[in-house]
Amino acid sequence: MSRFIDSRAPRSLLLADDLVISRTDAQRVIESVIRLSRADSVQAVIRSSRTRNVRFAANQLSTAGVVEDTTLVVMSFIGRKHSAVTTNDLSPESIERTVRKAEAIARLAPDDPDMLPVLGPQVLRDLGGAWDEATAGLAADEVTAAANTALAPARKAGSALTVAGFLITGADAIAIGTSAGHFAYHRGTSANYTLTVRSNDGTGSGWSGEDALAWSALNFGAVSAQAIEKAERSRNPVAIEPGRYTVILEPQAVGDLVGLMPRYFNARSADEGRSPFAKPGGGNRLGEQIVNAMVNLTSDPADSLVLTQPFDGDGMPLTKQSWITNGTLSTMLVPRAWAARKNLVATGNPNNLILAGGSTSRDQMIAGTQRGVLVTRLWYLRETDPRTMSYTGLTRDGTFLIENGKISKSIKNMRFNESPLFLLNNVEALGPVRRTASEGPGTQIMPVLKARDFNFTSLSDAV
Amino acid sequence: MTTRRDFVATSALAAGALALGRPRDAAAHTRLLPHVQQRMDAPTRDLLLLALDTAKRGGASYADARIQRVQRNAVFTRERQVLDVVDSDTIGCGIRALVDGCWGFAATPRLTSEGIQRAATEAVATAKANRIARDQAVQLAPNPSHPDATWSSGFTIDPFSISIEEKTTLAIAANTAALSVPGVRFVSTQLQFVKEERNYANTDGSVIAQTLVRTYTPMAITAVSADRSDFAIRDAVVQPTGRGWESVLENNLPVNAKKWAEEAAEKLTAKSVEPGRYDLVLHPSNLGLTLHESVAHPTEIDRAYGYEANYAGTSFVAPPERVLGALKFGSPLMNITGDRSEPGGCASIGYDDDGVKPEAFDIIKDGIVVDYQTTREQAMWLDWWYKKRNMPTRSHGCSYADSWSSVQFQRMPNVSITPGARDIGFSDLIAATDRGIAIQGRGSYSIDQQRFNGQFGGALFHEIRGGKIVGQLRDVAYQFRTTDFWGALDMLGGRRSYELYATFSDGKGQPGQANAVTHGCVPTRHRQQNVINTGRKA
Repeated sequence: MSRFIDSRAPRSLLLADDLVISRTDAQRVIESVIRLSRADSVQAVIRSSRTRNVRFAANQLSTAGVVEDTTLVVMSFIGRKHSAVTTNDLSPESIERTVRKAEAIARLAPDDPDMLPVLGPQVLRDLGGAWDEATAGLAADEVTAAANTALAPARKAGSALTVAGFLITGADAIAIGTSAGHFAYHRGTSANYTLTVRSNDGTGSGWSGEDALAWSALNFGAVSAQAIEKAERSRNPVAIEPGRYTVILEPQAVGDLVGLMPRYFNARSADEGRSPFAKPGGGNRLGEQIVNAMVNLTSDPADSLVLTQPFDGDGMPLTKQSWITNGTLSTMLVPRAWAARKNLVATGNPNNLILAGGSTSRDQMIAGTQRGVLVTRLWYLRETDPRTMSYTGLTRDGTFLIENGKISKSIKNMRFNESPLFLLNNVEALGPVRRTASEGPGTQIMPVLKARDFNFTSLSDAV
Repeated sequence: MTTRRDFVATSALAAGALALGRPRDAAAHTRLLPHVQQRMDAPTRDLLLLALDTAKRGGASYADARIQRVQRNAVFTRERQVLDVVDSDTIGCGIRALVDGCWGFAATPRLTSEGIQRAATEAVATAKANRIARDQAVQLAPNPSHPDATWSSGFTIDPFSISIEEKTTLAIAANTAALSVPGVRFVSTQLQFVKEERNYANTDGSVIAQTLVRTYTPMAITAVSADRSDFAIRDAVVQPTGRGWESVLENNLPVNAKKWAEEAAEKLTAKSVEPGRYDLVLHPSNLGLTLHESVAHPTEIDRAYGYEANYAGTSFVAPPERVLGALKFGSPLMNITGDRSEPGGCASIGYDDDGVKPEAFDIIKDGIVVDYQTTREQAMWLDWWYKKRNMPTRSHGCSYADSWSSVQFQRMPNVSITPGARDIGFSDLIAATDRGIAIQGRGSYSIDQQRFNGQFGGALFHEIRGGKIVGQLRDVAYQFRTTDFWGALDMLGGRRSYELYATFSDGKGQPGQANAVTHGCVPTRHRQQNVINTGRKA
């Protein structure tokens, strides 16, 4: 081990024994970085988290753990050169070492023509409601007890079901400060529960999940009931011919596909001719209708259902952004460097995604469908054509045929080749929204969605 | 001849290279000896033993602890500019305790006596909390102790000893070479390096210090049509490796970049594929990912028993009682092994995170499934099978955690296909094919949660007619059912065509972990596979 460990005499700028770094401690660390810096300018980012998780499968607990960590990133800027150095040792000696290392690397780096000055003071909204004290300090036995709400019934004599699930809860904090006077701090809590129930005959599988700011908001009974209902109902699936079907996607499935869109909103890629939003001959498709007029897609850190930090990873303030308004591409994501070069307003990098819902319930959508497919969630999505935002992937854990306005039978899972752009162009109805339980970055609010001509290309025997 | 004194002198120079920033030539690098792992230092050992002692006193029947330092260095470039130079260094301790047959885990960056004791106590408390939901107690397969072991991956030049100047100069030179090709407008090159110092101890008496280095230098080259109505990307041209800077020098990016750029420009005007049935000739750089997804993942024992059901999925290679020795996975030409000792492998390691010294093992023999990838806990699940085959019940050394803050669990070793008996290669397979498509590189890939139905693309597609390449194709993907795909294997390359395909971050588990892994591959031919066209007009 080449980094010295002194087990006897700890010294850290973290004074308090908080679950995650406090605003005061974060300020103290960032001020020390700025004081030590000999670069032209410096930016420091601190990320701190403490999470607790329980995983269960095959009707028993498998692993459980508690993990804490705090990392510091020092970004040094010298002339047009810069670097970033990360450490999770917050002792004064380590912080000084990290600052010096960042400066040494920056001096060696070539000039960056896109380099921008670090941010000065910014106006940020206070989203203190993202923190729930009880969630931050949850004890191991409370999480295990929640897992038991699914495990205990599955293990009862005569049960024909096997459960696998995951619970994760915790707290995190982020602080960003610059030598130009910017300081941003945010802390939040989160709780996530997902459950897969499989029938013991090996033919049925159902999934459900919930994600919330607070542990108390999770409804374990509802998650269990929904996953069990799907598992039982999905037994003995039959094969149908692949082809184009009307689909009713539940919110998780909508989020799985639509959640891929923000990465394509980058104005630079479009202006450079390598994006679905590039305009032949140059420029981008901003202001053009790109999907059905029913579609409104936004990001908003202050949305009460998905409160997130009111600034991005660079410290840029985030406000409500409307990416698609009534089907029209209304905003493109403009990075700071591209904004400076093209004289545009930088947008910041959003950290949540909200697809507005409608007034048609899932049951009404089913009742109004002559022949279609109801999908619980999607799996293993991968881009097949960046020119059209096309993806392939499969349905999973509850796929059903709708005939004559009713769910008629369970069907085998299917592979699709489809683009969220085509899906949103073909949308026929939107329903109630909910916060999805995605594992991906950011949080989402998605509705139930009905669309025509969804392109299923082959069958899978996977259950 | 290199002497020990040369090595020490050059190592000292390397340690100061960051500050000096002086580029050094390849000839100088070759004077270096492979890295030799030193024994664990006393403070680290003391903390590990304190963790074990605390866990035992708290009631653990078994415990292990890992103090790991993970360093990463990356240079990001596009065109003729450096986007970022990033360096990270994290260190911490993960402690796992077994109490009454239940696991508990805690991880902390506080490497002090108090911090370690607190984490060990939390690991024990978490294990105790889990007893209310215990069904079957965890049992561990026997394993000899390794009281003072060291191991190092086989790198010659520590990439962390190379100056930032040298790295950025190389990347920009590669980008510039690619941009010299007409039609090529964008190129990005990254140089990524990881060094793990893994210190491990368990209550069976093992104390192990290991160092691993991994290197990855991906390039993506984009050609754009003159009217900006179309673009094509050539990437996946360099494989990650479990080696050091010497592998970067061998890849010679500035020289090869021009060839890859010409392929990107040609791809822009390539014919869109006509869907249908084709014989596929897969280069190791393409087969590797298909093998990874369709063979390596479904032969993980935890998937077969449902332990990944809520995330990565289960497996069609199940239940073990029915498929071991019986399931025909592919043609008799198909032989698959697991091996964490493969030189240069990204999953190669001297001792896994159960303290097991891994050894090579058969997974598929002559097309039939004969074993799974296991840890100490999981090997016990197959005790009946090993007894039947008159084999010892022992772990295959597949326990691994991607960080000190992650709990170890079953991760795949290097899973590789055994070369065929005939000394033939990629061009021989093409010459033997009448109507087919030759595929190189990694493209879009997707497979279902039990690994029946896959759809794989590639980076470069060439149409084969009458045993010859007649031009490039685009928009190609092959869809298959796993056992049919491997059942249609009718030709494969020999030992001289064997190449290592690798991936830097393979996801699995909850909380998610990323694992680096290598697959040894030869070119293969699969008869009459279903090819679709993935292009579609907006």
